[in-house]
Amino acid sequence: MDGQNSYRAGPDEKGRFGHYGGRFVAETLMPLILDLEAAYKAAQADPAFEAELIDLQTHYVGRPSPLYFAERLTEHFGGAKIYLKRDELNHTGSHKINNCLGQILLARRMGKTRIIAETGAGQHGVAVATAAARFGLPCTVFMGATDMERQKPNVFRMKLLGADIRPVTSGSGTLKDAMNEALRDWVTNVENTFYIIGTVAGPHPYPAMVRDFQSIIGKEVREQMLDREGRLPDSLVACIGGGSNAMGLFHPFLDDSDIRIIGVEAGGLGLETPDHAASLAGGLPGVLHGNRTYLLQDDDGQIIEGHSISAGLDYPGIGPEHAFLRDAGRVEYVSATDAEALEAFQLITRLEGIIPALEPSHALAHVGKIAPDLPRDHLMVMNMCGRGDKDVFAVAEHLKVDL
Amino acid sequence: MSARQTRLDRKFAALQSEGRKAFIAFVTAGDPDPETSFAILSGLPAAGADIIELGMPFTDPMADGPSIQAASQRALKAGQTLEKTLAMVARFRAEDDTTPVVLMGYYNPVFIYGVDRFIKDAVAAGVDGLIIVDLPAEEDSELCLPAMEGGLNFIRLVSPTTDDARLPNVLENTSGFVYYVSITGITGSAAPDVSKVSDNVARIKGRTNLPVAVGFGIRTPEQANAIASVADGAVVGSALVDVIGETAKNGDKPATDCVARVLTLASDLAEGVHKEIQK
Ligand SMILES: Cc1ncc(COP(=O)(O)O)c(C=O)c1O
Repeated sequence: MDGQNSYRAGPDEKGRFGHYGGRFVAETLMPLILDLEAAYKAAQADPAFEAELIDLQTHYVGRPSPLYFAERLTEHFGGAKIYLKRDELNHTGSHKINNCLGQILLARRMGKTRIIAETGAGQHGVAVATAAARFGLPCTVFMGATDMERQKPNVFRMKLLGADIRPVTSGSGTLKDAMNEALRDWVTNVENTFYIIGTVAGPHPYPAMVRDFQSIIGKEVREQMLDREGRLPDSLVACIGGGSNAMGLFHPFLDDSDIRIIGVEAGGLGLETPDHAASLAGGLPGVLHGNRTYLLQDDDGQIIEGHSISAGLDYPGIGPEHAFLRDAGRVEYVSATDAEALEAFQLITRLEGIIPALEPSHALAHVGKIAPDLPRDHLMVMNMCGRGDKDVFAVAEHLKVDL
Repeated sequence: MSARQTRLDRKFAALQSEGRKAFIAFVTAGDPDPETSFAILSGLPAAGADIIELGMPFTDPMADGPSIQAASQRALKAGQTLEKTLAMVARFRAEDDTTPVVLMGYYNPVFIYGVDRFIKDAVAAGVDGLIIVDLPAEEDSELCLPAMEGGLNFIRLVSPTTDDARLPNVLENTSGFVYYVSITGITGSAAPDVSKVSDNVARIKGRTNLPVAVGFGIRTPEQANAIASVADGAVVGSALVDVIGETAKNGDKPATDCVARVLTLASDLAEGVHKEIQK
């Protein structure tokens, strides 16, 4: 950061990580995000807030999630020693709950009585609906009509949890359109509504706040690795949709300069085709959904739809802190294709008895590319941020299996 | 802030001296196609529009309701770009040197065009002001300050959530006029409550000498009349754009029918704004 030699210092008081981030919202929302920022600061300073969150993480979510040595996977690749951070074992099946509980506690502190959220794959939607049910708050989830078709099990889970699901048909009916619709709802219901954003995007303070709530992942890994191996890991690998599970793992390690950190974007049908969701590899800086970051867009600044086999990775943007870390050269960003992810999905299922979500399957695909060439004492941590129950139907279809 | 008189300053001064209110018409550039859109733009002054807000289409218009979202999509589908929008203003300027044109939209297309290049080209095309929905006062250094420096007015939105503590900051770098958003919500939603609007316009006028126009949710000549009675101008967008949407639907002969119907509604709205204010 400017004048500071920590990668963990951002954002500044304008919500910027270097050039990225900021507060690009309509005037109607501006007072709301300023309120939110003040409320979040106050909560951070209040030990009672942290205590309540830790209690929920422990007894409701099941944290800490294990750090598991994937012995057969390690053997298979024949190089780096591979550990999986098992956030797929969390209640609701992914890392998304870490953030939702933090935000819903904040909503309660702020006296908000209605929750809204956007969702792509439905994992964030399920986590929000779960948290809302747990605290008895009405909840509306915006989901692209196209995504609802792709993720039927999660749609039904949200309904069971009592959420009101609003199909979004505007634009292309996927995650970015769901986010537009959620923002439109928020601008209309300014008094009582709290918007729980599901990734490290949106206007300040969301990228920092979501990162902070997800950083429990990296903090646990630090302790667990010191316990297991007596030292810190050598490398970290995580998949990137908006970038929340990755920021959660990476952030506590950013200033450990010896640790190699790798984010894996969705390469879709390949970066040489238009059908991918790799905003850093194939996008340009621009402004969308309240912040400046890398975006998939055309020459006229119109946003292009991302494609990925995984509905949780096809967001055409990426959290602004990742944009900063990429430009600063601190984190390497790579990509894995649909086909590579699908192969990794099957590999780990058979070798470790863990059915992963398609999102972390992308991270695993990259692990498979680099692990074989690394020494056997290299300690690598991959974020297993979600389980594959939601994806088995889609995978069956891709494998041409009739269920 | 600037000593230069702009087309907007002159227009509001002229209206004031005649004791009239401004009818501000919004249409999206390139909707439903470039030629029809130009014919509408070109016909609006004669139909009674005092000021024209021209929407710069964007894929993700997060402050807009279904009507203006659809307008953006029609325009983009017909090939509209920011470059074409600026060319359209230049063509309009060649035939009309007095009706102010304000470009309204979202920041990303401008950012990608390049802020300095955009300001230069917009001024050259005869654009008078900018309304950029997702640039609040907190982001003034992005475009507002360079645009004002370059000779464009930067029109800020003030909303019902803008409280008295915040209002002075919001007004600080506003010029041309102030756009009061009459409701919390998106374009094309519920009709505003005139008495609340009246209180808020008074609140804003207590802090600035700029004219205050009101928009969001005004659809009929009667509503326009009621709003104009408590403000310096009334903005109508979704209702006009809906007419384009309806005529664009019945495929074969949109152009002539479309232009005439939009301009007829514009005349009715203008009459609503301009007629004796009903107290
Ligand atoms: C299991 C899982 N991993 C990752 C993601 C991508 O989000 P992020 O990059 O914010 O972690 C999602 C989003 O739906 C998800 O469900």
